[in-house]
Amino acid sequence: MSNLPPNPFVSQPGANANPVQAFNHNQYAQVPLGQLPPGYGGLKDNNSNSPLHGTISPQNNAIQNINNFNQSASSSPAFNQPGLVQGGMQGSPMRPFPQSSQPLNQISSPSPVFVSNPNPYTPNYQPQKQINDNVPPLVPPSQHNQPLVNGPPLAASMPNPTSSSYSPVPPLNRPPVGGYGPSSINQYGPAPNTKPSGPQSLPIQHSTQFPGPPLAGPTNIGTSVPPVSRNVGPSVPGPLNPPYASPISGPVTNPPISGPHMGFSVNGPRLNALPPNSAVEARPVGLNGPLPPVSGPPKQFSSANPLPMMPSVSSPPGQPYLNQPVSQPGLNSNIGSNVPTALTPPMNQNIPVNQQAGPPSGPTGGPLKSNMQSRYPQMPQASYNQQSAPQQSMKYPQQYNAQGLTQQMGQLSVTKQGFDQLWGHHMVDLLQTRHILPEYPEDPPEIKLGHQFADSPNCSPEIFRCTLNKIPETNSLLQKSRLPLGILIHPFKDLNHLPVIQCATIVRCRACRTYINPFVYFVDAKRWKCNLCYRVNDLPEEFQYDPVSKSYGDPSRRPEIKSATIEFIAPGEYMLRPPQPAVYLFLFDVSQIATDSGYLQVVCDVLMSNLDQLPGDARTQIGFICYDTHVHYYSMGEGLARPKEMTVLDIDDIFLPSPESLLVNLGERREAVCALLGALPARAAPAPRGPAPPASALGAALQAAYRLMAPTGGRITVFQTCLPTAGPGALHSREDPNARSSKDVNHLNPATDFYKRLALDCSGAQLSIDLFLLNSQYSDLATLSGMSKFSGGSVYHVPLYSSARPQHVRTLQRMLTRYLTRKIGFEAVMRVRCTRGISIHTFHGNFFVRSTDLLSLPNVSPDVGFGMQLTIEESLSDLQQVCFQAALLYTSSKGERRIRVHTLALPLASTLPEVLHAADQHCIIGLVSKMAVDRCVSASLAEAREALTNVAADALSAHRLAQNAPAAAPGLPAPAALRLLPLYLLALLKRKAFRTGTSTRLDDRVADMCSLKCLPLEQLLRLVYPALYPLHALAPPAPPHDAPCPPRLHLSAERINSNGAYLLDDGECMIIYVCHGVAPAFLADAFGVSAHAQLGDEGRALPRLDTEPSALLHAFIDKLNDDRPYASEILILKDNSPSRHLFLERLVDDRVESAFSYYEFLQHIKSLVK
Amino acid sequence: MILAETVLFSLCLIDTGAVLFLLIYYIITLSDLECDYLNAQECCDKLNYWLVPKYIAHTLITFLLVTHGQLVLFFLNLPLFIWLTYEYFTIPQGNLGKYDPAEILNRGQLRKHLRDLMIYIGYYLVSFFIYLYCFILALLKGNPIAGSDDQIVTEM
Repeated sequence: MSNLPPNPFVSQPGANANPVQAFNHNQYAQVPLGQLPPGYGGLKDNNSNSPLHGTISPQNNAIQNINNFNQSASSSPAFNQPGLVQGGMQGSPMRPFPQSSQPLNQISSPSPVFVSNPNPYTPNYQPQKQINDNVPPLVPPSQHNQPLVNGPPLAASMPNPTSSSYSPVPPLNRPPVGGYGPSSINQYGPAPNTKPSGPQSLPIQHSTQFPGPPLAGPTNIGTSVPPVSRNVGPSVPGPLNPPYASPISGPVTNPPISGPHMGFSVNGPRLNALPPNSAVEARPVGLNGPLPPVSGPPKQFSSANPLPMMPSVSSPPGQPYLNQPVSQPGLNSNIGSNVPTALTPPMNQNIPVNQQAGPPSGPTGGPLKSNMQSRYPQMPQASYNQQSAPQQSMKYPQQYNAQGLTQQMGQLSVTKQGFDQLWGHHMVDLLQTRHILPEYPEDPPEIKLGHQFADSPNCSPEIFRCTLNKIPETNSLLQKSRLPLGILIHPFKDLNHLPVIQCATIVRCRACRTYINPFVYFVDAKRWKCNLCYRVNDLPEEFQYDPVSKSYGDPSRRPEIKSATIEFIAPGEYMLRPPQPAVYLFLFDVSQIATDSGYLQVVCDVLMSNLDQLPGDARTQIGFICYDTHVHYYSMGEGLARPKEMTVLDIDDIFLPSPESLLVNLGERREAVCALLGALPARAAPAPRGPAPPASALGAALQAAYRLMAPTGGRITVFQTCLPTAGPGALHSREDPNARSSKDVNHLNPATDFYKRLALDCSGAQLSIDLFLLNSQYSDLATLSGMSKFSGGSVYHVPLYSSARPQHVRTLQRMLTRYLTRKIGFEAVMRVRCTRGISIHTFHGNFFVRSTDLLSLPNVSPDVGFGMQLTIEESLSDLQQVCFQAALLYTSSKGERRIRVHTLALPLASTLPEVLHAADQHCIIGLVSKMAVDRCVSASLAEAREALTNVAADALSAHRLAQNAPAAAPGLPAPAALRLLPLYLLALLKRKAFRTGTSTRLDDRVADMCSLKCLPLEQLLRLVYPALYPLHALAPPAPPHDAPCPPRLHLSAERINSNGAYLLDDGECMIIYVCHGVAPAFLADAFGVSAHAQLGDEGRALPRLDTEPSALLHAFIDKLNDDRPYASEILILKDNSPSRHLFLERLVDDRVESAFSYYEFLQHIKSLVK
Repeated sequence: MILAETVLFSLCLIDTGAVLFLLIYYIITLSDLECDYLNAQECCDKLNYWLVPKYIAHTLITFLLVTHGQLVLFFLNLPLFIWLTYEYFTIPQGNLGKYDPAEILNRGQLRKHLRDLMIYIGYYLVSFFIYLYCFILALLKGNPIAGSDDQIVTEM
């Protein structure tokens, strides 16, 4: 916060009494009208458009209640699946939404009207468990044993998690340890659909913060736990448990000092013995040769193959789960690769399967399979002493998984490793670990704050995440760790339980304007100290009032203090002009290619059926413009029986023929709008008028749209199908089709600044442009995307669109339906504040950075995320924690001004191992992919690829430095917190955006880059490393869940068994891959065909049959579809379909002609690690 | 068009002084942006507007010096001239100018620009005093009052 705005408040007694400037978010408020673009009509124009505007007054409470209800309801359709939703809770508002499960109660009280959790959690503060923050679990006394519970040994001795030894707290409801206090659970906990009254009665709800595990847990209670206990029992001798338990429970229960100090004594001396830092920094960055000779890795494989199993691992990891198919003799499971002895080379992969999982029913791997396997080098056989533990523990009810990584070391009895486990510092040798990918989704690493805030609710990791969960104290420490420091934020995510507050004054720091949050310090009852700038502020009188207990005195019971995500209904001083109405303008390309593709019919149909669902109030306006070589306007004003088309031929100097009737009120002129939507496709149809003009004057149409919309602001939706070649902003084709697979990719930069300039003008007028690119030929998305990038819009790309292909039509329909009906925030600004000493230096996403930390987002949608890179400017060593606060001020579609505030607090780290072990690998991947996109544009693709590779090498070098290991040490040790980094980086390098050597259309590449830049983390990860599930052995779900949860597999052909069926889910498309050896019974039950040959080459629909496998499959797919904006397209491929490459090319762990396999990539990284 | 030395150096002096003022204006504008007094779009519009005049001013000095045979001074100016030319012609097509409102607050560009400006100011300040020195020298050389005391002046 080095750049504090000019601060008029310090000199004034009451900051909030200063109406206009009190909110320095609102910079457009401070911009005089003269600075707004010429089309900006000023405030008076708005008044004519907005009959309902007005400031929010207390008398409006009744209306606001309704609004609150609607807001949260429409924003939260996904919470009908309590534990099932894995991460992202945004559901499409289309989904049926049970009113009874509405969790939001609004408590109206005289002065502060607020809406809060109906079930407030009163934090019972227990000083005896104050532990220093690098002791992992901070548990209530009744749960002292919890870290032990996470590990397999205890669980093995206690197969049933609901056994009486855990009676104090039912395990399913056990709160996650540490940073997420129970109140934060309440915040985000979805109200279970099945029992709507549940949340009120349960003390602690199921939490979506720990989304994946609950899936796995209860499912496995019945089935997989007993096998585990059988299998693990022998390998973990009973007597091990007590000694194992004692060193851990000791430090936890004891006063804190002993634990951390021992931790430092382990790490300290090593650090002191480190070589000077310069050795680290001097590592050459430019290593571009394909390093390991091709013959290298195979040699390694062959030498590594005969490695014997560690005797202690009697049960291979996936086995307990995979033993289930025994009960289903017809189905073979895919565990071949999981079973150690299977690896010796290709052919006998099935044998161990048979041993483990019963007699095979289908034929063993045919010629196709062996070919495939010989194509892909095998990883060496590894000892499982590290990996088997986590994998087995995955089978356990995952409520215990809050500790995430700490549970990994279940079977180790070595003291040091025990301590490592205790502090979460354990390592994985990447070269020796075959099953690096967790089979069930893991929770993001937990944030453990210092004792004072250990119980404070932190922001949900789905909304706010940092790449390092412990911020390095100094910049030099950060440099030493060589990890990127940044935050990813998904600010407008659909939440199912959002406390909404309306109060007269919003309490903010008078110096830095931070909103009061759970991490402030209360100096006394009347004053609070800002946690970002450390200024002591007065607490307003009414803040003492607790609306829940209706008593005065304890400010810490306010919802602002109890929730890290909160929404305020802004009083009048937060608006400069009356809240704008929802205004939508649609621009349709009707040039020749557009009419050929036939998209207009689809779009008009979807629009017509969703007119009622468009977010907005009675003031909502809508308009349409078509363009080919000319621009066609449609007047739908009063007195016109039918919409009237007006064509403007002069596209170089565009003007509006009758501005007042082009945008009409949707409610009043609905018939005209429907008539137009019905007539438009016919108007654009090619037949009667001869071929449409080939050129498309997009630039002129955009200028017209800007003029039309500038007085109000709103959303412009552009449907473009070809390169705009006429009028202003005309482009010419830059792509050389022959160079699509070449190493250096050019033309990733915009060709003209026209679209950027226009977007910036739009941004100033609170207009955002969304682009649907339905192109069938090169359309220079690199240039066109500028219009969305800088105006806060989004880009949707359906390549080679043709209405003749039903899958395209379905995709467009789903995309558009979600787009039209999702929540929208208008005239938004977002400011991210950081604790003093940290500043943001780079922003990623679609917006315009208007001043140092203010993002101008004319529209904000629930489907976009943002990334920010941070720098540490001053030493933070005297601080206890670092906080980030993102505040999003927006106008809801109902015309309310609202502020959504997210606050994240992170502890500090003073040593290198601490930093490395607290890294959040998923978040790093998210941030690094955005940085790489930037690098592609500013430098070159080759440089970006090199930088991506170096991310892994740098992190592992830093780890080697932290371990003080010799440079030539065997293996490739990695902190467990970073073990997936190489896997994901390799997958990222094989994304369309970054791949070389494979033919990739330039537009596809740029579209992929656009999505990497602005997708929320969870969708981004799914896109980068798609999930692969075995379908042939779907086990029926345990009662609490209604969908099966198969384990995730590595994306490698060796995991594909020739008698299995698999589902690959990348978020856009679900590919079901049916191998030829799959049991006919399964084919009949799931696909309705009796033989493999009867399946179509490219199925697009999954029949709903009245059989159990089919029901399970559909339940599973529905569950997968539940956490994404719109349902994915399904594609069924056979392993002999001509288009099976669609599936095979996603197997990113494997070698392709031009890119490394995972194992080769590891070797490459190892050669880079210094 | 050979000008007298005094005229040449007085031109250089005025030119450099103007550039110096312009650079200070740049710094003020950028600091305004840094402190949120100004939004990025406005700031960049202002700065880009003066980019070409600045470039022309420097080109003019370089051109004048080389046409008047002041080779030492010319070589002093040449690197900056080349740098400015390079900078001017490598602005990406998609950007709105050297100062792009969408980028200026990203990737520490603002600081980089401020640092560049400081270097420019230092450079122009030094050259300003060199021109001043040369100007005085030329004045004294051509002083009619000194008459025949040429050698005294040159020894100075």
